[in-house]
Amino acid sequence: MTDAAFPDGAEGAAPRTTSSLLTQDTRTKKRNAAEARFRAYGIAAIAVGLVFLAVLVSSIIFKGVGAFQQTFITLNVELLEEKLDKSGTRDIEAIKKVTTFGYNPLIDAALAQAIADTGIENPFSKGKDLRKMISSGAAADLRDHVIENPDEIGKTVSFRLLASSRVDGYLKGRVTRESLARDKNLTPEHLDIVDALAGAGVVTKAFNTDFITGADASESRPEQAGIGVSMLGSFYMMLVVLACALPIGVAASIYLEEFAPQNWFTDLIEVNISNLAAVPSIVFGILGLAVFIQFAHLPQSAPLVGGLVLTLMTLPTIIISTRASLKSVPPSIREAALGIGASKMQTVFHHVLPLAMPGILTGTIIGLAQALGETAPLLLIGMVGYIASNYPDGVIEGFMSPNSAMPAQIYEWAKRADPAYYERAWGGIIILLVFLMTMNIIAIILRRRFERRW
Amino acid sequence: MSFVKLTASAMAIAAVSATAATARDQVQVAGSSTVLPYASIVAEAFGENFDFPTPVVESGGSSAGLKRFCQGVGEEHTDIANASRAIREKEIKACAENGVTDIIEVRIGYDGIVFASQIDGPAYTAFTQSDIFNALAPKVMVDGALVDNPYKQWADFNPDLPAEDILAFIPGTKHGTREVFEEKVVAAGCEATGALEAMIAGGMSEDDAEDACLAVMADGRAVDIDGDYTETLASIDANAHAIGVFGLAFYENNTDKLKVATMAGVAPSTETISTGEYPVSRPLFFYVKKAHIGVIPGLKEYAEFFISDEIAGPDGPLAEYGLVSDPELGATQAAVSAEDAMMN
Repeated sequence: MTDAAFPDGAEGAAPRTTSSLLTQDTRTKKRNAAEARFRAYGIAAIAVGLVFLAVLVSSIIFKGVGAFQQTFITLNVELLEEKLDKSGTRDIEAIKKVTTFGYNPLIDAALAQAIADTGIENPFSKGKDLRKMISSGAAADLRDHVIENPDEIGKTVSFRLLASSRVDGYLKGRVTRESLARDKNLTPEHLDIVDALAGAGVVTKAFNTDFITGADASESRPEQAGIGVSMLGSFYMMLVVLACALPIGVAASIYLEEFAPQNWFTDLIEVNISNLAAVPSIVFGILGLAVFIQFAHLPQSAPLVGGLVLTLMTLPTIIISTRASLKSVPPSIREAALGIGASKMQTVFHHVLPLAMPGILTGTIIGLAQALGETAPLLLIGMVGYIASNYPDGVIEGFMSPNSAMPAQIYEWAKRADPAYYERAWGGIIILLVFLMTMNIIAIILRRRFERRW
Repeated sequence: MSFVKLTASAMAIAAVSATAATARDQVQVAGSSTVLPYASIVAEAFGENFDFPTPVVESGGSSAGLKRFCQGVGEEHTDIANASRAIREKEIKACAENGVTDIIEVRIGYDGIVFASQIDGPAYTAFTQSDIFNALAPKVMVDGALVDNPYKQWADFNPDLPAEDILAFIPGTKHGTREVFEEKVVAAGCEATGALEAMIAGGMSEDDAEDACLAVMADGRAVDIDGDYTETLASIDANAHAIGVFGLAFYENNTDKLKVATMAGVAPSTETISTGEYPVSRPLFFYVKKAHIGVIPGLKEYAEFFISDEIAGPDGPLAEYGLVSDPELGATQAAVSAEDAMMN
């Protein structure tokens, strides 16, 4: 029958070769080759992507892993009574009058003693030169301890003090004797002492919990800086985003998807939502500055404002993903519910929404992850460039007291002068990536577990 | 769902009402990114040694900091503005319009501006202001006449400099450092080479000629850096034959990557800057709102602590970080403890 469609078809040609399916003719070979090529392109594309990912991740880990280790110097400090409490009355106010500068001579003496114990010659006569090995924050540790335990004055107490960033860098291989040749912060002679002290077990490297939980420090003590406070800032912002964006986003999508009539007005809203999803995030920062700070007089640098700005940014993402997951619930479910007499609202809340929930949660988590890594909108509301050195006073104060955010903290570290901060910045990136990965994994698990296919 | 909503709104309301009830108890500081490291060092030490909370320090630039400072009196406004230049007449007026009248000016010390290049790069070891002017100005003096800049390499006008293409990374115009660079280097070079005189002789008014002196060539040899010194450092890392402009403190923290050039025969160091031998330096300031003293706890203590000998003196932590301590610190200390406001 079909032969009729080919008038001068196989008429004069050689009789059709009856070949086995196992031997391929040239056209089949060509087609198969094309498919093989296409697969190869695909594999190559994935391979290139994987190589980039491997380079990126390994360079981040290579540069940042050092931040999780910190060098400590353990010293037996004699808390001299004549320096710390001249009156001998242990009056706490009198003890508080001694500033951190008053504690430095004690540290100098303890360090000189530790060096003498190792038997190495101490080339430094001035305590100030010797002290360059120890963080300038050490005196504050001592002072805090003494104020808490005034009865220990006069005793010798063992302290684990932070080593200075150059000493830390030397033990991590970042600082060498050559690089110190013109450095006024430390000299090669210091490194000889460090070698001896490390041999004696006075200088040790340990896991750096303060990097994860601690507050940011000033530029002169990178060894003390931690990401903890800005992590809290990010956490509060995420709380605000979750509390604002999820209800607003879900309510808006349910109305648009289930109740709203299809007319030019809802079309307009739809176009605008898609548009907003693509607006550069800095625009939301400008909006936040104008509305929340200049008009509503909310404080600068507050996580509440940051969270509200990020809410604006995340809303379109949540609305779009919520609508998509509402749409994917088959109409038969709605019809069945309506058919047995459920109201429209009962249909939505008892049947459609629970079925759409995994998709909504996935979208929300991905939106939150996006907000967590965002810096640009925070630039204008004073959360970038803020030194996150104070923990908030309380749980509620955390929303309003000035703070930074993790990506802003990383940016802040990356631009500081001391090379030790560079390592901190990469360490911060690792922590941020761990958070993002956790959130994305949770999103995937939720989807896998609860998703229903129709 | 409704539970989530309820808790959320309850929390938001609680947060707002809690802050409305409590007064601000920490000092708020904003301003120059050059002063920021010093201010953060002081704030940290202040928090450790006093019962007051650690002051809140933000950067954002001298102008932005002074603008916020001048917005008014009251808890919602900053108490201190850091500045890498003196406050301008215009800003004092803007302050006064918003009711900020008594301002205490505190000079904390001096900051040096240095020219540095890659440590293994060409031998840029000695510059004069004239060299920089000849390299970057659009019009220079050649054989006694003002002509379009013919130089391509440093050695073209100074045989002591390497025969390398001219490339300089200079601070962008939003930085206070640019002002010092123009005033103390380019303008000085303009005058020293005789270009200023030639411009005036050519019929320009003195003001116009001084402005014309500050221009830099726009053919890519002078690159404005709007970011921080770390950006300049990255650019220097990528261009072996380039020179960059840095703050002394930044250079001293990165001596393993940078080598510094002398200016007019003087090597930059805290000593040569404090004696005034090294020509490219500037004073750093902070400004205190007098109306807030006594209202914000710890404000005066912070200001006094900042300029105490232990902190800002030649052996203090600020000098260790790179600040050139002010020889007249004693006078500043007296002025702060007496709360002497600026005359306006």
